Amino acid sequence: MDLEFTAADEEFRAEARAWLAGHVPATPLPSLETAEGFAAHREWEHWLAADRWSVVSWPEEYGGRGASLLQWLVFEEEYYAAGAPGRVSQNGIRLLAPTLFEHGTEEQRARVLGPMARGEVIWAQAWSEPESGSDLASLRSAAVRTDGGWLLSGQKTWSSRAAFADRAFGLFRSDPDATRPHQGLTYLMFPLDAPGVTVRPIGRLDGKPAFAELFLDEVFVPDAEVIGEPGQGWRIAMSTAGKERGLTLRSPGRFTAAAERLTALWREAPEGAGPALGDRVADAWIGARAYQLFTYAHASRIVAGDAGGLGAESSLNKVFWSELDIALHETALDLLGPYGMLADDADEAPAHGSWAEGYTFSLAGPIYAGTNEIQRDIIAERLLGLPKGRR
Amino acid sequence: MRFLLTDEQRDFARALDGMLGASGTPAVVRAWAAGEHKPGRALWARLAEAGVFGLAVPERHGGAGLLPVELALSFTELGRHAVPGPLVETVAAAAFLERLGSDSLAGEWLPRIAAGEAVLSLCAGAGPYALDADAADAVLVVRGDTVCRTDTHGPVQTTLDPARRVARPLGGTVVARGPAVTAAAAHAIEVARLATAAQSLGLGRALLAATVSYVKQRTQFRVPIGSFQAVKHRLADTLIALEFAQPLVHAAALAVAAGAPSAGREVAAAKVAAGEAGHGAARTALQLHGALGYTEELDLSLWIRKARPLRDAWGSPADCRARVLTG
Repeated sequence: MDLEFTAADEEFRAEARAWLAGHVPATPLPSLETAEGFAAHREWEHWLAADRWSVVSWPEEYGGRGASLLQWLVFEEEYYAAGAPGRVSQNGIRLLAPTLFEHGTEEQRARVLGPMARGEVIWAQAWSEPESGSDLASLRSAAVRTDGGWLLSGQKTWSSRAAFADRAFGLFRSDPDATRPHQGLTYLMFPLDAPGVTVRPIGRLDGKPAFAELFLDEVFVPDAEVIGEPGQGWRIAMSTAGKERGLTLRSPGRFTAAAERLTALWREAPEGAGPALGDRVADAWIGARAYQLFTYAHASRIVAGDAGGLGAESSLNKVFWSELDIALHETALDLLGPYGMLADDADEAPAHGSWAEGYTFSLAGPIYAGTNEIQRDIIAERLLGLPKGRR
Repeated sequence: MRFLLTDEQRDFARALDGMLGASGTPAVVRAWAAGEHKPGRALWARLAEAGVFGLAVPERHGGAGLLPVELALSFTELGRHAVPGPLVETVAAAAFLERLGSDSLAGEWLPRIAAGEAVLSLCAGAGPYALDADAADAVLVVRGDTVCRTDTHGPVQTTLDPARRVARPLGGTVVARGPAVTAAAAHAIEVARLATAAQSLGLGRALLAATVSYVKQRTQFRVPIGSFQAVKHRLADTLIALEFAQPLVHAAALAVAAGAPSAGREVAAAKVAAGEAGHGAARTALQLHGALGYTEELDLSLWIRKARPLRDAWGSPADCRARVLTG
């Protein structure tokens, strides 16, 4: 990568690279969507945190390195190029933590962030409900005022990581009489082992319990678990949703590393693969490079003080990376021929099943974090100025 | 790598956009397609005044030096306004002559290119045809390690874009020979691909903008067709393709400017992405304008018909994908 990084950036890159070279497990960890893999990934988070690599962009007092946005991108590039494990603590680090930094109290940050950074407390995201997916504002789970806190009741679903996680964060309707669906929502954190919480794991396409349903029956949470003002949950959560779609969820390092691995895979047997597959490999490489450059350009603008920020532009990102991810993995499976169909836990799965696992994971991309249909509506209406219509 | 444009670069592109917007390019394009080059040459003179051709000519020959980033910015504007003529070929010829190491050839042509007085066509690499051979002051033909100059050509062939008229160069005199020719030609192809990619990007931007404004005002079933989700999603995908092609074009220009070893790959990647995005924008424009878009009367047809030949010029998508895989 020929960015003009400062000497400090290069030093940071070298330090990260050296640490990763010495610590990344030689054999990939089992899938983090299994009990065994979850535990192994939790331990990996602990090792990352011990040398302050788990949350590099956070301030030092919370276990970070105060790394700049560009340095964070550098770290991610090195992380994925080294073949390091997926991040089981991602929901907390990427979605909840930015919200706490922006809207949380001093007490919440002190209590929540350290254990999150060390992998001691793994967070699940609990937004969707059976009747509220893309139309998130229609959610019905309730938070009812009680002495010193709230009683949560209702049902959450598609809650990523919730099968094995410790705590969750989500939105609840605290004012059922509010005139508009976006009003009267409160953003709360709650433990998954509290009385009144039932967790029912849901197998995803490959059967692994990657998410869960949560049934809440008058679960008590104290006031200290409210993020921001009660009733302001929508505004606060949306500032997090922008992050989920944008830069912070899918760093380019993940795709450039996969594209390099894909190109290497193609070079092993280009004559067997045929020109049509070669074109797809090239397109995947071009897509990953485009995503990397788009992100760097975006980051440069943010660093230069252009607060245009993420907003509707994050929808461009989301559609692009989710489709790129599928293209990368589908092309890899095609290149693997008869071995492409082997599940990631099959003994003979190529690359320890990492292509198969990545393929399954990629299929969810266009669905979660706001479906790509919703993203395209946002792009058309907010970036191109087209009139709203019936969905 | 600097990802942000300077204020000067931004102002330059904006000024060019303003000038071309006021130049009535559709009439110029239609004249060019009819073999009437006068209005086109007048427009070229104004582009030279604005400094466009000087971007491919070093200072000692009256230019501003090869400035790939500025060149890409101006070609984006040339594409946005569908300016006709062997624009890419002329700047590629300048890049070629500058690299050739022949002072006499450089001295003969480069100052005139910078001033907008010389229109060159260049035939190097794929295909037997020279673009606009009948409009050019000379055609340079590179074959292997030899370059010939010729002023004669076979019958003019029309193409899918009526403003792109090609002919086989005939005869000619050898003006240089040897490994310097091969190296200079490789460099010229890189510059040509970059400029073509930028042109595709600008063309696509114009097609998208025109289509967005059309679907806002065209009503069917008593509502603007731009409120239909199928229409919105197609336009969203068109924007995504253009938005992600743009940084590839910018990075390719930076790589060429730096003389980076990765430049060939970066340029090829930009060419694929921008060519496909521009072509996709043309397909979207055609589809969403309906039968109206399928007529030559509509000025937008001048843009629509350019997209495909630009996508294929100076290295087809297949050629460029192969180059990407070479590494």
